[in-house]
Amino acid sequence: MRLFTNANYPIMHWRKRAYAVTALLFLATFVAMGVNVAQLGSWLNYGVDFRGGTLVHLAFNRPVEITDVRAAARSAGREDWEISRFGGNNEVVVRKETFQENLGRSPEEDVRDALRSRFPDNTYKVVRTEAVGPKVGNELQYRALIAILISLAITMVYLAVRFEWRFGLAAIAATFHDILITLGILAITRNEVSLGTVAAFLTIVGYSLNDTIVVFDRIRESLAKPRHDQTYLEILNRAINETLPRTVLTASGTLVTLISLFLFGGPVIRDFALVLILGIFIGTFSSIFVAAPVLYFIQNKWPNKPARQQAASSRSARPRERTTV
Amino acid sequence: MFQNLKARLGLIFLLAALCVGILFWNNARKGAMVTLGLDLQGGTHLALEIDESKAALTSAQRSEAIDRALKVVRLRVDELGVAEPVVQKAGDSRIIVELAGLQNTNAAKDVISKAAFLEFQVVKRPEEAQSVVTRLDQAVARAFPAEAAKAPASATPAGGVFQQKTPAADSAAVGRPFSSKLAGAGSQGQLIVALKDTAAVARYLRSPAVLAALPRGTEVLWNVPSAEENKDVRSLWLVDSKAMITGEYLANATAGTDQQFNRPVVFFELNRRGGRVFERETGRNLQRQMAIVLDNQVYTAPIIQSQIGRNGQITLGSSTLDEASDLALVLRAGALPAPLKIVEERSVGPTMGADSVNKGFVAGLLGIVGVVVIMLAYYRLAGLFAVGALALYVLYTLGSMAALDAVLTFPGIAGLVLSIGMSVDANVLIFERIREELDAGRQVRAAVSEGFKQALSAIVDSNVTTLLTAAVLFYVGTGPIRGFAVTLGIGIIISMFTAIFVTRTLFTLYLERRSPAAQGLSI
Repeated sequence: MRLFTNANYPIMHWRKRAYAVTALLFLATFVAMGVNVAQLGSWLNYGVDFRGGTLVHLAFNRPVEITDVRAAARSAGREDWEISRFGGNNEVVVRKETFQENLGRSPEEDVRDALRSRFPDNTYKVVRTEAVGPKVGNELQYRALIAILISLAITMVYLAVRFEWRFGLAAIAATFHDILITLGILAITRNEVSLGTVAAFLTIVGYSLNDTIVVFDRIRESLAKPRHDQTYLEILNRAINETLPRTVLTASGTLVTLISLFLFGGPVIRDFALVLILGIFIGTFSSIFVAAPVLYFIQNKWPNKPARQQAASSRSARPRERTTV
Repeated sequence: MFQNLKARLGLIFLLAALCVGILFWNNARKGAMVTLGLDLQGGTHLALEIDESKAALTSAQRSEAIDRALKVVRLRVDELGVAEPVVQKAGDSRIIVELAGLQNTNAAKDVISKAAFLEFQVVKRPEEAQSVVTRLDQAVARAFPAEAAKAPASATPAGGVFQQKTPAADSAAVGRPFSSKLAGAGSQGQLIVALKDTAAVARYLRSPAVLAALPRGTEVLWNVPSAEENKDVRSLWLVDSKAMITGEYLANATAGTDQQFNRPVVFFELNRRGGRVFERETGRNLQRQMAIVLDNQVYTAPIIQSQIGRNGQITLGSSTLDEASDLALVLRAGALPAPLKIVEERSVGPTMGADSVNKGFVAGLLGIVGVVVIMLAYYRLAGLFAVGALALYVLYTLGSMAALDAVLTFPGIAGLVLSIGMSVDANVLIFERIREELDAGRQVRAAVSEGFKQALSAIVDSNVTTLLTAAVLFYVGTGPIRGFAVTLGIGIIISMFTAIFVTRTLFTLYLERRSPAAQGLSI
């Protein structure tokens, strides 16, 4: 089977349309974040991992009406509890903004006390509890941000050394694009942002970079070859088309495993898988329609040395060493 | 290197055998091939911090306080009897406690938060100890008649000095259930219990009827289980239940060397009031042993050589300076400058953990099936090579995780499943190149060799950047993020090896077996 044999789509000519799509997604992202700030008080729906607080996950023996649980909490004077369904009909998650600092009492006791009147003890089990102090929450947020920034910086340096600075810059621009839009999706869906989400998020960053670099590698190679009256634009376009089969096949392989995670991995992993699935689409889109166009933009803005000279100085132009793998 | 096909195949098989071996060895040793994180096996995770709301600490004080607290928390966690508890320092101001399988978070929090309590208690003289053992024998015989009947009546266990001095009449009737569990007396007057008998002895000593038989003012304490000591036994100490002095009077303790004999000693300093009390007490108990007890466990029991006022020293005989600083730390731990508070608490029930593992497993399996189908449909024979490499990838990854003692967490499973999809990327790159070379009219062998060579730079560059990201995550991240980073990093390195080296070997094997004249390649 073969896909995209000798494909020659005028991808670079579509770049304006791609920019429009990107601009639209950015706009949606900012609007969603703005709405969230107004409604939730924060850009994203941070879970207890990040904002601090308490979570108690209950599994009832029988299907339960969420309104019943809410009523029980209300009658115990716990109006501030946020109660939501989790997975199927039997599971409920109770969230509290507060974090009890003193030792001894566990968050589940509070919940048990509040629900005792309506649900005698034996009708549910506490599946998990999480309690995170506000300081820890802030620290986790800070660390996640630092992790992303450092890895972006390191990648940029690596690409500048291995390729050329403009490749590094373009790759970072594409990655930044992915980060922003993924955040936008999180903002729109109000998917709870937990430590797991951060892991998913960083995976997307890695995947998208991976994808972009494969295309860039091909561009670098084409630039090093003697050109037959090809413009920079044509070279870029050619490289994208040549890597298209690989881009699509790898994305499909990854998507197959992710869809499997989404469908069969259970409710805890579903959010995680969803973020990744959307992220793969965005990452693939950006490595085709954003990375090379941005590279082209940079090239136009700060023109390179004459082509022949550049080819001579490029690393790939050196005779390849004989490597056995 | 590794031009030789046999050497390449040998390496592949050797690594595979190694991985299988490690996995089975781990399974036998720990009951699981790869250590599961708390989120998967169920358990409790606590993060503790020094509470500075009452007293501001300098950074030196803070670091010392955290070391002391670590010591204390470790001692207390051992009390919970959880298998393989993790107690470690995180950053410079936090302690992480992980208790696998423990469901009762409250009990854990109670034990951990209990105030560290240091006491100096006088050890009973051997003749007193002997009568206590006799009384205990009788009490146990009455409280546990069934077990007492089984106990040897006259046989003297090795080193059982106490039995020899006991009047024969006492033992003839009921046997000596308590002293028969003793493996002898230690050099410092403690009773030695073989590890296999500690559970029984502990049960006796928890029984109220047995405790009531102790002479008034006597207490039985276990020693601190320590790695340095003989691991097969634990010691029991009979001590005065009234403490000579408690940790609240202790001002400081430091390790040093004795100027006269150059032996390691621990210097301690009491406050003014403590000094007065201690002077009186040590004067009364000269030449007796003083047990240093933290949280009801005996740490060590030096002999009181002279009357001690505010400043004392404990000489540690043949011990090393390390042990001295250890003891100094324990002493200081008795007077933590600031209490501990819990800043993070997570617990996961075992059902959710088991459920997650099963679902993750099913999802992973189906994901693999999906990738296999795609690769076979798209690349046919070459796809089969990639599938072989994929199978080895899974085996090598699990094997490395087992070897590195990496903990498999929930995000880790997701990372692993995802990496299955991504691991074929290198093969896709290579195969696409081979197709291009074939299209350009090259011979099969040349096309294969050229395809591998051409794809290499893209594979290396794209993977190295991901590897860098994994490294950053490992250094900056905490908890599950770290687990994820380890899984990701291992996955990348191994996928490069399997996709390049293993597939290459399979290609070579295949090309060598077919006639050189044959044209075309199923790719």
